[in-house]
Amino acid sequence: MPKIKIDKPKCKGCYLCVVNCPKGLIKISGDMNIKGVKAAFFSRSGKCTGCAMCAVICPECIIEVYDT
Amino acid sequence: MRRLIFSRPKSLRDVEMHYCAGCGHGIVHRLLCEAIDELGIRERTIGVAPVGCAVLAYDYWDFDVTEAAHGRTPAVATGIKRVRPENIVFSYQGDGDLAAIGTAEIIHTANRGENITVIFVNNGVYGMTGGQMAPTTLAGQKTDTTIAGRNLKRDGYPIKILEMLAVLPGVRYAERVSVHSAQETLRAKRAIKKAFKTQVDNIGFSIVEILSMCPIYWGMTAIQAAERIETEVATFYPIGVIKSY
Amino acid sequence: MTPKLLMCGNEACGEGAILAGCTFYAGYPITPQNELTAYMARRLDEVGGVFIQSESELAAINMVFGASVAGARAMTSSSSPGISLKQEGISYLVGCELPAVIVNVQRGGPGLGNIAPSQADYFQAVKGGGHGDYKLIVLAPSSVQEFLDCTYHAFDLADRYRNPVFILSDGLLGQMMEPVQLKTIGHRPKTIDKPWALTGCKGRKPNVIRSLLLGDGVLEEHNKKLQKKFKDIKAREVRAESFHIKDSDIILVAYGSVARTAKASMQKARSEGLKVGLIRPITLWPFPDKLIEDIADKTKKFLVIEMSAGQMVEDVMLAVKGKSEVDFYGRMGGEIPTEEEIMQKIEALI
Repeated sequence: MPKIKIDKPKCKGCYLCVVNCPKGLIKISGDMNIKGVKAAFFSRSGKCTGCAMCAVICPECIIEVYDT
Repeated sequence: MRRLIFSRPKSLRDVEMHYCAGCGHGIVHRLLCEAIDELGIRERTIGVAPVGCAVLAYDYWDFDVTEAAHGRTPAVATGIKRVRPENIVFSYQGDGDLAAIGTAEIIHTANRGENITVIFVNNGVYGMTGGQMAPTTLAGQKTDTTIAGRNLKRDGYPIKILEMLAVLPGVRYAERVSVHSAQETLRAKRAIKKAFKTQVDNIGFSIVEILSMCPIYWGMTAIQAAERIETEVATFYPIGVIKSY
Repeated sequence: MTPKLLMCGNEACGEGAILAGCTFYAGYPITPQNELTAYMARRLDEVGGVFIQSESELAAINMVFGASVAGARAMTSSSSPGISLKQEGISYLVGCELPAVIVNVQRGGPGLGNIAPSQADYFQAVKGGGHGDYKLIVLAPSSVQEFLDCTYHAFDLADRYRNPVFILSDGLLGQMMEPVQLKTIGHRPKTIDKPWALTGCKGRKPNVIRSLLLGDGVLEEHNKKLQKKFKDIKAREVRAESFHIKDSDIILVAYGSVARTAKASMQKARSEGLKVGLIRPITLWPFPDKLIEDIADKTKKFLVIEMSAGQMVEDVMLAVKGKSEVDFYGRMGGEIPTEEEIMQKIEALI
């Protein structure tokens, strides 16, 4: 199954990835990263299709998408 | 064995950008780097960075870059391209830079049909200086210098530069896109790539206007800012090809 | 011996640039420098260079900035009001350490003024003009031949120091015609290696040319580097012409076209037995202050003559350091001091 990797310490918390994931697989952390931001994270709660929409919209270019 | 299907383009340095959360500049930086990499032109690209939020772009782009005085980017790009026609030269400008202080330069560079590419990021405010009204600020939009909203009688009308430029014979390709959603960002990528290809093929002047979010100076979250582009900004500045060949 | 050609100063300047290997010119029409723009349009076409008639002086100086960024020998020219518009770009050129040649064929001011010759832009050229701590090498030719020679030389100086070089001429010198010897015809200057230029990053790390330096202390370090360069220029590039400075009671100081009149007055005064000499600065910055200082206590009086309300006279006073009297005679608004007027002034001082 495809998966994504978010570089959480670099996340600024805009959450554009959250609203652009068609499967709703990206959630907001409960704790803060080093920036004091509740970073976005890949929840693995459903089936990632590897569409890369999260990476396409990420302004920080901190999301990598892998196929299996 | 995992296969990487999306990662940072080679032309975009692996450094953290200074932009605010949800700012569209980071997306646009990446898109133009992807286009440059895919066209295989990194080693002959020369970028001209503007004054404004993108003034530090040379810290992020891994190719030759200079910076220009506010609004003069197209003139600087003209000088470079005329001396080195074999290089790929682009000007990266915001709306204050391109549509206010640099109006003369963009119009005449376009009118001369300079074979350069202009990446025009329109977020409707002066971000770097603290969110003042830009030439592109929408009617009624609140900014640091239009606290009750842009008043058309006092402040004049928002300016549609691309439509103005499109009437010039020197302009060969002009498209307005947006980076407010992943789908629109993919379209923006195609437009930016086509604009560079226009130059590579020696067809002439190309410009892409990118509607972009400035959540901080729009006084909203990034998600709200993206929605505002969809519902308000793109209504006034329609997305689509304005001129092509 | 190459034949002499009859040219106006503006054309001679253009030919000096072509001989120096200038391949890029951008400019905007303004009197009294139009012959130069027209000449460059014609000659750059012939030699395969780039000529652009820009939409403004702002655009012209920034096109020159771009051409210089790309490694070309580039020039722009204008006259006083247009030079004011170029100041922003000139400051950026210095900040980015980019070579370029800028020519001012001065006219009367302030404001739109008139189109007659003037020297009222001395302060602007020598003291700054744009923002920030910077210096331009300022050359002031006094004949059509020297206008050509200075322009030719200016490109070498600009490349050597990676700094803009400014030629301060005036409407008289730009318009007048004199025979010119193209001593350098057929000579192509050595191309100076410019590893800093933007050419595309093939085979090397990317180059960045900028003047925005935000880090703590970075801008001060950059300024220190620039100031060191200006000190080097001051030590090496001062040029002046002088006559009878060892045995004169009065030494005239004048530059550019008015120095010709001053020289004629000096000769007339000498023929009448008056001990009068002349110093003609060729570089206005760096200013020949040492030359003046060295003779200051042996000279009774200096008489500075300018086509302005008195600008270079301040630099003469700084050089003299109060060791002798400094007097001034000037005409303004495009009026030219005559030989008779200067003679009257000399006689009144003696």
